[in-house]
Amino acid sequence: MSLMQRLFNFRGGLHLDYRKDMSTRHPIRVAPVPPQLVLPLSQHAGAPAKPVVKVGERVLRGQTIAQPDGFVSVPIHASSSGTVVAIESRPIPHVSGLAAPCIVIDTDGRDESLPAPEWAPVDDFSALDAKTLRETVRRAGIAGLGGAGFPSFIKLSPGRSVETLIINGAECEPYISCDQQLMAERADEIVGGVQVILQAIGAPHCLIGVEDNKPDAIAALRAAAAQDERIQVRVVLTRYPQGGEKQLIQTLTGREVPSEGLPLDIGLVVHNPGTARAVYRAVRHAEPLTARIVTVTGGVVAQPQNFEARIGTPMQFLIEQAGGYVQPPGRLLMGGPMMGFALPSDALPVIKSTNCILAAAPGELRPDEAAMPCIRCGACQEACPVNLLPQQLYWHARGGEFDKTRALNLFDCIECGCCAQVCPSHIPLVQYYRHAKTEIWAEDREKRKADAARERHEARQARLEREEREKEEARARKKAQLAARKADADSSEAPPAAGATPADGTDDPVAAAIAAAKAKKAAAQTADGSAATDDPVARAIAAAKAKKAASTDNSNATTPADDPVARAIAAAKAKKAAAAAGGPAEAPVVRPRKAPPSDDAVAAAIAAAQARKAAKAAGTEPADAPPADDPVARAIAAAKARKAAAEQAQDAADPVAQAIAAAKAKKAAREATTAPASDDPVAKAIAEAKAKKAAKEATASDNADDPVARAIAAAKARKAAKDAAATPADDDPVARAIAAAKAKKAAREAADKPDGAS
Amino acid sequence: MLAAIIALAALAAVFGIGLGFAAVRFKVEGDPLVEQIDKILPQTQCGQCGFPGCRPYATAIAANEAEINQCPPGGEDGIVKLAELLGREPIPLNPENGVAKAVPTVAVIDENICIGCTKCIQACPVDAILGAAQQMHTVIATECTGCELCLEPCPVDCITMEPIADTPRTWRWPLPASEPQTAEAA
Repeated sequence: MSLMQRLFNFRGGLHLDYRKDMSTRHPIRVAPVPPQLVLPLSQHAGAPAKPVVKVGERVLRGQTIAQPDGFVSVPIHASSSGTVVAIESRPIPHVSGLAAPCIVIDTDGRDESLPAPEWAPVDDFSALDAKTLRETVRRAGIAGLGGAGFPSFIKLSPGRSVETLIINGAECEPYISCDQQLMAERADEIVGGVQVILQAIGAPHCLIGVEDNKPDAIAALRAAAAQDERIQVRVVLTRYPQGGEKQLIQTLTGREVPSEGLPLDIGLVVHNPGTARAVYRAVRHAEPLTARIVTVTGGVVAQPQNFEARIGTPMQFLIEQAGGYVQPPGRLLMGGPMMGFALPSDALPVIKSTNCILAAAPGELRPDEAAMPCIRCGACQEACPVNLLPQQLYWHARGGEFDKTRALNLFDCIECGCCAQVCPSHIPLVQYYRHAKTEIWAEDREKRKADAARERHEARQARLEREEREKEEARARKKAQLAARKADADSSEAPPAAGATPADGTDDPVAAAIAAAKAKKAAAQTADGSAATDDPVARAIAAAKAKKAASTDNSNATTPADDPVARAIAAAKAKKAAAAAGGPAEAPVVRPRKAPPSDDAVAAAIAAAQARKAAKAAGTEPADAPPADDPVARAIAAAKARKAAAEQAQDAADPVAQAIAAAKAKKAAREATTAPASDDPVAKAIAEAKAKKAAKEATASDNADDPVARAIAAAKARKAAKDAAATPADDDPVARAIAAAKAKKAAREAADKPDGAS
Repeated sequence: MLAAIIALAALAAVFGIGLGFAAVRFKVEGDPLVEQIDKILPQTQCGQCGFPGCRPYATAIAANEAEINQCPPGGEDGIVKLAELLGREPIPLNPENGVAKAVPTVAVIDENICIGCTKCIQACPVDAILGAAQQMHTVIATECTGCELCLEPCPVDCITMEPIADTPRTWRWPLPASEPQTAEAA
């Protein structure tokens, strides 16, 4: 042995009973195409692929049926020809036993390949550059076939100079023989793959590490690699876990991969022989990864052997091909007895990382003995190949002190199971470590999510502040404009403006209403009112004031006042409420406090503005309410909408809530019926009576929003009625007639409907 | 005698200078307490603690104006961490603030019912709802903190809280079923 071939060693580890000869008696058999293929979208580490086929579509072997989503992802190809019958969640071979999205293909038995491969096969790949090779490997959907399923193309783009490529042919776990047989039977393809990978990563040479219990594989590889002096086959001692990536590196090079690091950190890249072969076939024959070697073995399998099985083949189909069970299996595992995991059933598909299906007889593997207390013997520590303190890790993992397990380098644990194997108390140590690892990952995820939430919340706060500032500025501008316009206005308009001013700053609808009422009164008092009416400036001012008061009132709510959606909701609600209440929608119902007789334009404007405000308070705009032509009616609709909205905000879909809301709206309407007191003497009289009644009701009844508002409303109603009586008749007979009719109808309805609400 | 005094004085001077230099050179900017508390809080921004967000609550805790047991989303774990940080005794979660959720939830908008009113968008503390007026809204599930603040403003009650299902990627290994007895107990 030359110095070059000197082998190092790793600490710990075990000699196990390998039982590999069970499955190596027959050569690799190509498994037939099963009737149905189930292809999980996530067979690799990283993001699941995205389906690019539809249910019912016919697919051919080698056709891409799912594209990678993101960088750490690879595509998935149809393993045979057939029809996509479902894209749905199916149980996948995962330790959690959970389901994940899969593409299900009913095969047609013809196994038709694509007429032309999706990329061109290349005879002489030495002419290809690294980028093309990587892209080919990615398009072929190759993920590490050793078990972890890491997308291989990423390992082909190391981003730094690589000293040595290592092919991990140690296959140290008992029972599994897929790599062994592949190396023995397809050594030339593996060597071809090695050459492709060397080309892609620009490494000067390659070491193929094979345990000394696989002489046929060693001989075949040596023969195949004889032509290429870059490739050396190294025989390593048979010792578990020799096939651990980091252990093999230590054995072959004497160097250790740093804690929580990658082999690349010390200039090494490790691939599995199956991956090398898949790379070769992808480049040389333009074949995507649609099949892999799977060992089907175990004490209850009639003829244990290795299959070249299509990805997506149901495991039970492979077991049937191997002669079926001789007795019901005690344990069904994917992977080996040391690092594999239990499967809930054999109705799961073979995926890219399925190296072995192990159906063991009861008691064939480690007996299921009840765990005993830890006696602190330290055997686990001696067996650990990565120099950890399994016992300490166990205590902390069990106690939920995950930060301490992390400090003890939990993440360097390769979960080889040596510690649990030697534990005299049969403590399932590895499960504790896996538990701790997944808990830490979950915690990290939560932390990341919390950080993102904090960031988003802060960004939102900043945005709201900015918007508020902008609104404030706009408000100031508007105020200045208003002041300028006020100066232009007739001096006779000053009192109403002054009267309305207090409303500007308030955010209370009651106060706003008081201000509005004052404005109206002042307007009526100033001369004969007609002067005010005819002055559009005054009207505009009043309207603007009212609007502003309304917007101040709503400054806390960010709903845009003119939001058509809100309006639509309000309208719909008002309609609904009205319908439920027996149709008082047309009734001239206005809440008493906004009862100004609509004989003067200022008052009308105020009413309109108030209506808008009321609507806004309910997140609504009355424009859509049916009688949109008439400010009074608008106000009515708005008030109703508001009431209805407020009352029934809880659940519009719930009929009970709806009915209650409607009833309340109706009552509110009735209560307010008095108000719109029009200028018609009849209506006026009715209004007077109603106002009194309303006042009485308002003070007495418990259905108004709050006692203050109620009292004010009552007072307002009375005054409004008086005003209505006193003011000269409006000049518009049509409006008068409508108002009168509405008042009448409202009165009738109010009389019809007994006090149902509250 | 003199030699001893001089020697001690010299030593004192040397060490003093050394320590003084170290104090300046290697000064560690400690996280202000509010930051540290805020880091422990789950950032759901749900307001169940009675403060308008996690940071105001953290500020209140730091100022000793609030107890450490007012955060239901943080649960017992959060209380224990806060207690550790602040050197206080862990106390059970205050039921007045709500109860911890058994499983994390995410808001889901029933798009068939949604009328596009934007109210939930305004309520969401982390801007995790997408949509525009009269357009369908939807929740960005990965950004939703499950605070439930969007449920209340919805006029048509089309938002529900759905438990977040485990996926193979988020699944956690359970502890072994049969825990060995401790040596003490045996």
